[in-house]
Amino acid sequence: MELYSLTIHEISDKIKSKEVTIREVLDSIYSRIDDIETKVNAYINLTKEYAYIRADKLQKKLNDGEDIGILGGVPIAIKDNICIKDVKTTCGSKMLENFVSPYDATVIERLESLGAIIIGKTNMDEFAMGSSTESSYFKKTVNPWDITKVPGGSSGGSAASVSSDMAFASLGSDTGGSIRQPASYCSTVGMKPTYGLVSRFGLVAFASSLDQIGPFTKDVTDMAIMLNSIVGHDDKDTTSVNLNKIDYTKYLINDVKDITIGVPIEFLKEGLNPEVKKAFDSSIDKLVEHGAKVIDVNLDYIKYSLATYYIIATAEASSNLGRYDGIKYGYRTDKFEDLLDLYKKSRTEGFGEEVKRRIMLGTYVLSSGYYDAYYKKAQKVRTLIINDFKRVFESCDIIAIPTAPNTAFKIGAKTTNPLEMYLEDIYTVPVNMAGLPGISIPCGFDSNNMPIGLQFIASAFEEKKLLQAAYTFEQNTEFHKMKPNI
Amino acid sequence: MSISREEIKHIANLSRINVEDNMVDKYAETLSNIVDMANEISKLNTDDVKPTAHILENVNVFRKDEVKPSYSRDRILENAPTKESGCISLPKVVE
Repeated sequence: MELYSLTIHEISDKIKSKEVTIREVLDSIYSRIDDIETKVNAYINLTKEYAYIRADKLQKKLNDGEDIGILGGVPIAIKDNICIKDVKTTCGSKMLENFVSPYDATVIERLESLGAIIIGKTNMDEFAMGSSTESSYFKKTVNPWDITKVPGGSSGGSAASVSSDMAFASLGSDTGGSIRQPASYCSTVGMKPTYGLVSRFGLVAFASSLDQIGPFTKDVTDMAIMLNSIVGHDDKDTTSVNLNKIDYTKYLINDVKDITIGVPIEFLKEGLNPEVKKAFDSSIDKLVEHGAKVIDVNLDYIKYSLATYYIIATAEASSNLGRYDGIKYGYRTDKFEDLLDLYKKSRTEGFGEEVKRRIMLGTYVLSSGYYDAYYKKAQKVRTLIINDFKRVFESCDIIAIPTAPNTAFKIGAKTTNPLEMYLEDIYTVPVNMAGLPGISIPCGFDSNNMPIGLQFIASAFEEKKLLQAAYTFEQNTEFHKMKPNI
Repeated sequence: MSISREEIKHIANLSRINVEDNMVDKYAETLSNIVDMANEISKLNTDDVKPTAHILENVNVFRKDEVKPSYSRDRILENAPTKESGCISLPKVVE
């Protein structure tokens, strides 16, 4: 077995027992990247030189008998909207094509303090707006399971890199499903933690009340390790919560007898692909077989999540993206007549279609005369959605729902009608509206051998329940062991 | 269509984005479709519901007022498209 195909917990054991050197691990991962990246296009930028310098330093520490951390020497990929000092952070946009971050995001500081080696920045939909990674200015990432299909998005590069063994784990960001949906399409584990659990300092803002950083991993054990590494209070992010530190690996428990799972059956009656439904139903049966109690739950307002999301997310985006004015940093047009012309031309030339569409929509819902009808109304419906979840979590520990209504679609199939693309987020968006944690794990394949994801949702800061249910499912199935033939 | 050509031009201007004349209809159509989808929430009665801006109940998070090193000016200016004498330069605003 090649080193690149191992999990974090397997490779760290080999590094720490000195069965392999950190250089050998890096050689393995970069040769894998050399072999298949021209097909997959998961990365925007590799940080090879810097990775080898870190590898040698960490190896020396290890040889001197020092602790190199739980991620000591493990190669990890980072979505290109998370800042790394002295490395480009493009957000998949022409606007930030040459932006070099002067500082590290808090999650990068944390990962590096625990010995991780950042090997590159991954491709994404421009400013994380999209569900297929097709709106990137630089390239189109493909799905390692079928290179004619999309990897999902917006964190498509992060999902594809882990799925095709070009990284041991990666970080993405999730505003409406951008970690869980590509995890589902590419057959990896992906988690969106509770809003406030992971610092957003250094994450380029899209919709600040919804954005959250989270990991992609090859299995649930690695997910617990990654969570342990990135969770924690940060005074640089005022929305970061200060809780007692939890060791998430303690919740890798192969038992669901004490867990009640709620299934929103009514919500799943329309628009769900029959093959996804079949895989979902047999996953629930599997959990019942292992002792879980399953109940039917009603989330009355969940069907309004998508509408609410596209008002709130675009409103916040139009405000956040106001900073790209061609003055302080980012793209500036060559020819302009005055300041206003400079603003307009820089933004028109620097942003892609989907970003412009969302900025304009957000501006519309916030504009005079429409604010109450759209934005304020959406904020009220958001309250109803939050209350819905609160009520349901009085009768169950977690909610189970498919991650996406379909498996990965063909490249180009949904680019002409944005609404069709938005519908792929129907099962992931409600979680962001309520700020809850959600995990997607591999739970099957359709008749074309395309992966299907199972999503668990818990109440705020109950990631441990997600891990317990996900771990039990994983330990009693083989889906996570399947690899794409690429 | 729920958003008119005129409104598209107005929003584009507010957004500081140029929309070519031949693209106005296309934007009007796509944005109208999205707004029509979003409009389904208008039928919900939300009279007694408080709006949620943020899921956390944090109000006024303060930190200690301590002097700490910041980023160097030169480092920050490296990302500026044009600069002069330690400042970001921009076209003349006041005549």
